[in-house]
Amino acid sequence: MPETMLENVKNEKIKKSSEFLRILKQLSYNKLAMFGLILFALELILCFSAPLIAPYHYNKLDVTAMNLAPNAQHWFGTDELGRDILSRILYGGRYSISMGVCAIAIAMMMGMLLGSVAGYFGGWVDNILMRFLDIVQSMPGMLLTIVISAVLGAGFVNTILALSVNAIPHQARMLRAQILKIRNSEYIEAAQSINCSRAEIIVSHLIPNAMSPMIVQATMGVANQILMASSLSFIGLGVQPPAPEWGAMLSGSRQYIRDYPYMVIFPGLAIAVTILALNLFGDGLRDALDPRLKR
Amino acid sequence: MSETKNTPFLEVKDLRVEYFTKEQVVHAVNGVSFTLEKGTTLGLVGETGAGKTSICKSILRILPDVGARIPSGEIRLEGQDLLKISEKEMRAVRGQKIAMIFQDPMTALNPVQRVGDQIAEVVSLHMKGTKEDFKKRAEEMLEMVNIPKQRYVEYPHQFSGGMKQRVVIAIALACNPELLLADEPTTALDVTIQAQVLKLIGELRDRLGTSMILVTHDMGIVATYCDTVAVTYAGSIVEYGTKEQIFDHPTHPYTIGLFGAIPNMNVDEEWLHAIEGLPPDPSHLPTGCAFHPRCPYATEDCAKEGFVKPVTTPDGHTCVCCHIDEVLKGEK
Amino acid sequence: MGKYILRRLLWMIPIILAVAVIVFTLMTFCPGDPAQIISGSGTSEEDLAIIRESLGLNDPYLVRLGRFLSNTFIHFDLGTSWMTGKSINDSIAERLPRTFVLSIITLLLSMIIGIPLGIIAAVNQGGIGDNISMFVALLGISIPSFWLALLLILLFSVRLGWLPAMGIGGIKYYILPALAGCTGGIAGYARQTRSAMLDVIRSDYITTARSKGMPEFTVITKHALQNALIPIITITGTRFGAMLGGQMVLETIFSIPGMGTLIVTGVNSRDYPVVQAGAILIAIVFSLSMLVVDIFYAWADPRIKAQYERQGAKKRGGKAHA
Repeated sequence: MPETMLENVKNEKIKKSSEFLRILKQLSYNKLAMFGLILFALELILCFSAPLIAPYHYNKLDVTAMNLAPNAQHWFGTDELGRDILSRILYGGRYSISMGVCAIAIAMMMGMLLGSVAGYFGGWVDNILMRFLDIVQSMPGMLLTIVISAVLGAGFVNTILALSVNAIPHQARMLRAQILKIRNSEYIEAAQSINCSRAEIIVSHLIPNAMSPMIVQATMGVANQILMASSLSFIGLGVQPPAPEWGAMLSGSRQYIRDYPYMVIFPGLAIAVTILALNLFGDGLRDALDPRLKR
Repeated sequence: MSETKNTPFLEVKDLRVEYFTKEQVVHAVNGVSFTLEKGTTLGLVGETGAGKTSICKSILRILPDVGARIPSGEIRLEGQDLLKISEKEMRAVRGQKIAMIFQDPMTALNPVQRVGDQIAEVVSLHMKGTKEDFKKRAEEMLEMVNIPKQRYVEYPHQFSGGMKQRVVIAIALACNPELLLADEPTTALDVTIQAQVLKLIGELRDRLGTSMILVTHDMGIVATYCDTVAVTYAGSIVEYGTKEQIFDHPTHPYTIGLFGAIPNMNVDEEWLHAIEGLPPDPSHLPTGCAFHPRCPYATEDCAKEGFVKPVTTPDGHTCVCCHIDEVLKGEK
Repeated sequence: MGKYILRRLLWMIPIILAVAVIVFTLMTFCPGDPAQIISGSGTSEEDLAIIRESLGLNDPYLVRLGRFLSNTFIHFDLGTSWMTGKSINDSIAERLPRTFVLSIITLLLSMIIGIPLGIIAAVNQGGIGDNISMFVALLGISIPSFWLALLLILLFSVRLGWLPAMGIGGIKYYILPALAGCTGGIAGYARQTRSAMLDVIRSDYITTARSKGMPEFTVITKHALQNALIPIITITGTRFGAMLGGQMVLETIFSIPGMGTLIVTGVNSRDYPVVQAGAILIAIVFSLSMLVVDIFYAWADPRIKAQYERQGAKKRGGKAHA
């Protein structure tokens, strides 16, 4: 009998890894998702190797080359101070992308903590936490972020914090809902009936099963946070010029839209492409993780 | 006019229905033929997945647009092939000439519309008149299925399962259809309600003179309500005849198995007689006679394509089997 | 139903109070000395002390909080702006309608475009219509609204000169801001409608409707859409919130003197009473619109309505027992 049990455990392991492979396989079939993934990866590589590949330094002023339209030396043209827009976009991606990723990472950690506490203990703990989230969510997200960045002040780290506060309730609710759903499901009961310990149940059942929607949410969340971050910088909160954050670049070149529209077009395009890539990938991930689509 | 005499009321010839997904084709109905005379009731008997519902839905042409196909066959209603007419002409048939009662009354009614309006709607599609006329007709129908007309304004969630099915019946009969397709009308209901609903369907059928195809897997229901019986297995009719022929002289091994599965209350039996094995996967049907893997009489020939053909039994009904001699002798 | 609405309204009171407390507290701990902000640089220390005293800034936090709450919720006085010295009540009364109207127009626009896109996608599942609709939706969430706003200005105001690029006036001043703001909403509605319709189209009652001999167009628009509307309505509340929030940025671009510009300039000039008041007001509008959405929800689905009414009845029953 113990042997068959061992066998079962082995099978279980194999099944788990094959589950992961299945998701990868499913994902690799999805051309759009792969396109999104490759696009985003490419963008990450380009932005984070900006010091190596950018043709100019992002703050290099050049009075002889002000307001140049796109040309061979300056592919995306130059701005009102003669700075190379392509270089600024490459450097700026580091701000925008890392703000989005960090904000979601913090929000996910806090959300997981709050959500699992609420979902696991239930009762009055759950009630108080949920009512608190109600209050936070009774303000539109953008407004909340603006108010918080007003308190914290502008800057890279402060903006990340402001963004993550706004994203926490959503993540927490989501994990809580997942845990509640899973907690009452039959396979947890089955695990309890064969004497699995609590810790084992949480580690091997609750978290993995609650994770997949969280991952999808995180992918889409990064896109959303990048959008929010650039909006904040655009209205003068968030990252301040001369840092080449995309939103800040748009805000700076806004006044020249009449004469030099390319100054406005390229930074916006960078934001749009990033968000498009993340959403394509997130959509594909959701489809791959959705067990209802399993064949 | 002499032609109409020879034309049966409903004639289904070599009907095939396929469902396909990206990977595979499911053969749900494989060459089904039968006829139905006016005013009579045909019982379509078989296990779940034998293609009974697909037959009904193809008669009404309400198979899902995506993924379903009728590669061949004729469905003639009073001589007119329903598979050939335009969608617009077909709409005039649906609900007016042919109506259908569905399996699950819980989901067959629109949850956000008042039940009365759902009855009045079918009337308004096929009859001329004012809104008041339609409403009056809907109220009549409610009363006909023993629901007080005051409940016209209620929503489906306020009704019990049996009442919902009666509303579905009212919708089906509201335009006095000539043919009623009843697709396992009582499967989803409590046993006590089943009898009531069936009795109601039977009474209304007799009163209105409607022809009917009754899909069921309950031989008892067939015995009470049907004139002719078609036993289906894996999308084909394996035995077809009058109720008396089938009940008195079941010939196909599968039909015999079906009767064997009904416990005899007069004999103290320990086990139910089940048919060995499972119904075949309709995407991978066995070759030859689809029943051969489960058939006690099967020989190697049965697996050959085209070997098993319909034969006429001594009492004159049709049976698709090549071992009827052995079956009738009562071997095995 | 009336009881349900009343209960929801009562429940809003603690929420809004809590929002007020949180926002006030956050503002209190903002960096910078209010007296300095009000008077500008170069004011003498004595003058600053006088200003602090007159604003009651020397009182303990709880006293100030109490004063703020009683002024706001009992006297309905949101205070005066530190920058302009004007009554905040007045500027909000003037600005809130503009933001509200703009948000409503944006919301309607995204529904009018998004819902049909979703229906087309669902009806042609896997076909060309589906792919095009979903691609449009994808673009909708990917394009930043403030960038689209700039592009729209570039095309329609700068190049073509058809529409005004800034300010307020007639309805044509709202067209570009609404167009720029509706893309996210279009995407949200299109996706939600598609998935809701796909669920509904497979239901048995759609087959029932077809079996009645109803034209396919009527089946979709009457039976399917009516049921699909229910999940569509649920996202409207959050969408409206997102639009109210989005106005912070769009109003700035289009120089619309609404709540968004009020709050953004308030933040940038550290005019905290203005920010406070604006945030609370927006929270109230948002909560009220969520309530309206829930009422619509009950109207669209008799089952939900029955549930609301049952809840009310249960509450009454419970009280009678106690």
